Amino acid sequence: MTTAALKISDLNVSYQQEGRWFDALRGVSLQIAPGQTYGLVGESGSGKSTLALSVIRFLSENGRVRSGKIELAGRDVMSLTDAELREFWRKCVKLVPQNPLPSLNPSLRIGRQLREAIYPPLNAAGANLKVLELLESVGMADPKRIARAYPHQLSGGMQQRVVIAMALASEPDLLILDEPTTNLDVTTEATILDLIRDLIKDRNTAVLYVSHSLGVVAQICDRVAVLYGGELVEDADVLKLYRKPLHPYTQGLLDSVPRIGQDKTKLQLRPIPGQIPGAELPSGCIFAPRCPLAIEICRSERPKLELPWAGRRVRCHRWQEIADNQADPRQPLKFVTASEVPNAEVETVLKLSEVKKRFAVQRSLSQVLRQEAAKQVRAVDGIDLSIGRGKTLGLVGESGSGKSTLARCIVGLVPRSEGDISLLDIPLARTLSARDKTVLRSLQMVLQSPDEALNPYLRVDQTLRRPLQRLAGLKRQELDQAVVNLLKAVKLSPSYAERLPGQLSGGEKQRVSIARAFASQPDLLLFDESVSALDVSVQAAIVNLLSELQQEHQSSYLFISHDLSVVSYLADEIAVMYLGVITEIGKTQDVLKPPYHPYTEALLSAIPLIDPEAAQEHIRLVGEVPSPVNLPTGCRFHTRCPRFLGKICGTTEPPWQEDESGKRINCHIPLSELKTLQKQAFNFDHEEV
Amino acid sequence: MAVITPGDASARRQSPPLRLLAARKARPASAVGTSIVVVFLLVAVLGPALAPYSATEQVFSEARQAPTFSHLFGTDRLGRDVFSRVVIGARDILSLAGLGTALAVFIGLVSGLLSSYIGGWFEELLFRFYDSLLAMPALLLALLLLGTLGPSRNSVLFVITIAYIPIVARVVRSVVLDTKTKDFVAAARMQGESLPYILFREILPSVLPALAVEAALRFSYAIFLVASLGFLGVGVQPPNPDWGLMVSEARTYVSLTPWALYFPAAAISLLIIGINLMADGLKRVLQLES
Repeated sequence: MTTAALKISDLNVSYQQEGRWFDALRGVSLQIAPGQTYGLVGESGSGKSTLALSVIRFLSENGRVRSGKIELAGRDVMSLTDAELREFWRKCVKLVPQNPLPSLNPSLRIGRQLREAIYPPLNAAGANLKVLELLESVGMADPKRIARAYPHQLSGGMQQRVVIAMALASEPDLLILDEPTTNLDVTTEATILDLIRDLIKDRNTAVLYVSHSLGVVAQICDRVAVLYGGELVEDADVLKLYRKPLHPYTQGLLDSVPRIGQDKTKLQLRPIPGQIPGAELPSGCIFAPRCPLAIEICRSERPKLELPWAGRRVRCHRWQEIADNQADPRQPLKFVTASEVPNAEVETVLKLSEVKKRFAVQRSLSQVLRQEAAKQVRAVDGIDLSIGRGKTLGLVGESGSGKSTLARCIVGLVPRSEGDISLLDIPLARTLSARDKTVLRSLQMVLQSPDEALNPYLRVDQTLRRPLQRLAGLKRQELDQAVVNLLKAVKLSPSYAERLPGQLSGGEKQRVSIARAFASQPDLLLFDESVSALDVSVQAAIVNLLSELQQEHQSSYLFISHDLSVVSYLADEIAVMYLGVITEIGKTQDVLKPPYHPYTEALLSAIPLIDPEAAQEHIRLVGEVPSPVNLPTGCRFHTRCPRFLGKICGTTEPPWQEDESGKRINCHIPLSELKTLQKQAFNFDHEEV
Repeated sequence: MAVITPGDASARRQSPPLRLLAARKARPASAVGTSIVVVFLLVAVLGPALAPYSATEQVFSEARQAPTFSHLFGTDRLGRDVFSRVVIGARDILSLAGLGTALAVFIGLVSGLLSSYIGGWFEELLFRFYDSLLAMPALLLALLLLGTLGPSRNSVLFVITIAYIPIVARVVRSVVLDTKTKDFVAAARMQGESLPYILFREILPSVLPALAVEAALRFSYAIFLVASLGFLGVGVQPPNPDWGLMVSEARTYVSLTPWALYFPAAAISLLIIGINLMADGLKRVLQLES
């Protein structure tokens, strides 16, 4: 590395809150070479966004760079005057944020906004040409149309492409990507990652890629720095880091994410216990309270950032032992002592037949006057499925596939339009008010966002008492004990009973949500993206908790998530949904093996695997999910299908085909043919210990 | 981006009165406002005990006197003690405005909560009706109603209530529309909770901060409205010591007895400013730190 594009030395950043200063970054140094893609990973609160914002001097009002030096292309960023800073933003550095929409002006056409970003400025004709060129370079099929469009007319993935085009319009020295794919569907994420990879390959731009996802970082970065509690704990070449992490925190992060094919009946996930440190730091190593290898020196003495060998840095007292395999940095492993439920003769808990939900689109005045019938959104369009006692059905699909609507129809939050749902052979009414208490009691749902699922004005015990009292029918004097038991069951200390949700972390809130749903000891629990918003180390703990609770209570789960690795870990069966219908359903291990439905194949190949060396099938879906108002004829997937057969796909609804394992696929292509066409998406030979 | 600050957890654990105190320290303006309001409330409660003279007693020999120690605010052209009239008038205006505001807040809250949660044509109908009331300036609406009902204390009360229900209901509605889509309401529905429980236990706490601030503001406007109606002669009738009425009566003789105009006018202004400053502080205190 001769000259670094970005050089950060000994950076310290603090935030002021309520008159006190809190350190967000402590002594972080790193260098990015031109053309290098540098990943910055860590959980929320690790300071990764703070680092990105410090580099471009864009910290919020209450943030200050206390000390340290930032050099970009040889210029000292900290000493720039306001005028120089504007110039610097204009040409030297660009940021692509997580959410593209707020970065785009809603009242200006895309072309106009892109023209503004071009540097050096061109004349009108030149700029127009450049705009089209930029749009084409980010994979827009019809750049002229896009240039005339307004931001709201584009999908999230397209908006993100536009923002990336804007960032590259000035050939910056440094491109910062701050979780640019986190809000996107896995299929869109894959195409955006491909795009970013292509774009930076033949440019000399240094890239700082901020992400919480180890999979994405593994797929795109050359080098990775791991941040923990505002400190850089490990920094290495991407291959070396994933092959042999030297810091126990890095190891913990890698182990928290379930690998595809990992099975809840054999091994638990390995979460990192505890929480990230707050304002009061531990006296020794800041990771020591959560570290499985912590010894005396770790608790008393802060480790220095050491250089074990060229190109590698680690902040750990015991890295040498870890490197020599004398100490195991992994969290202790727990085997599951599951008594496998015999598959035959399992009682059916939930049964759906031909469930449909249609929403009427509001008519405009002229449509009302012309007496046009209201258009209908067929959100859920004929779903049949069943879940057995103690079993988990995973439901996956892109956003807009109707999986959340289906869940809301089942619990009755949204009345279904057609079809029958029965729970333990009792038919369920369409609305909640028409269902009696025994039904409510045996059917509960854990909602998506931990921040919205709990009433911010009610204490934890108030939240938990209600279902215990109303649904479980406990007496007043039994409530206190029951609340304590529930908290213990979700591994929270009884002292949490008196807290308000604002005093809990995201993971703790989600535990309380789970406790509330379990209060009435339901037979069936629905989880709608219940772990998606959590950090990986917390997510692993919650996933373990869910599978333990299921073992204990023999409850059945319907687990909805866009994250196939979590679903495949928890689910016994997986159903794949696309535009309101199921395209494939079968046992988890069978769904993960060919023959796949072409849609499943695309979903699986889009997963960012936590292995930079993984040889993954490269199948990308083109275009957007069609509107559920105008559903495609024939097979709904034919407009995007990578294995499109021909006319028949667009005219005739595909038949159900069943293979020997009992897996069913809704496709025209014969199974035998699919099998020869498709390769195994993953190798399952994971280390089991 | 999350910055972890365990410090604020302890701040939130404080009881509301403690937080009010802490906020007062931080914002001297709202402390001043609260003190002004407290003083006026005390005056209203103690009323006649504080006033050295009766509000209606006319001593012609002492008419048109400038402020002295025996007549702090001077006397008006009929020889009534202006200080006593202002002090005794406080009770009238505060009780009238307070009661009117309380009624408007209560009715606005219940109708706003219920209709916005249920939605549909019921909400549509009610709020279009409220909109039609809002289309008229409060004073115009008040004159219209008082013209029909005839001037009396009860009519003024009725007018305040009618004029402010729609405004309160709108504020309630804006919060309910946001809160009812939150997952914790869905969770309550899945527990089979009744409508009143969902409205008053789950949603009401989120409405309260905005409602308390709005109630304080409405109170200050109600005082202004009572005074305005008195000034126009359609509200509280003479010889009651109504501040608005006093301003109106003294207006003609402003060159002879300016103090008879200035002191009641100053009382109106001071009280309204005080309430507004207090409302500002209230907003800061009640907002749940997120």
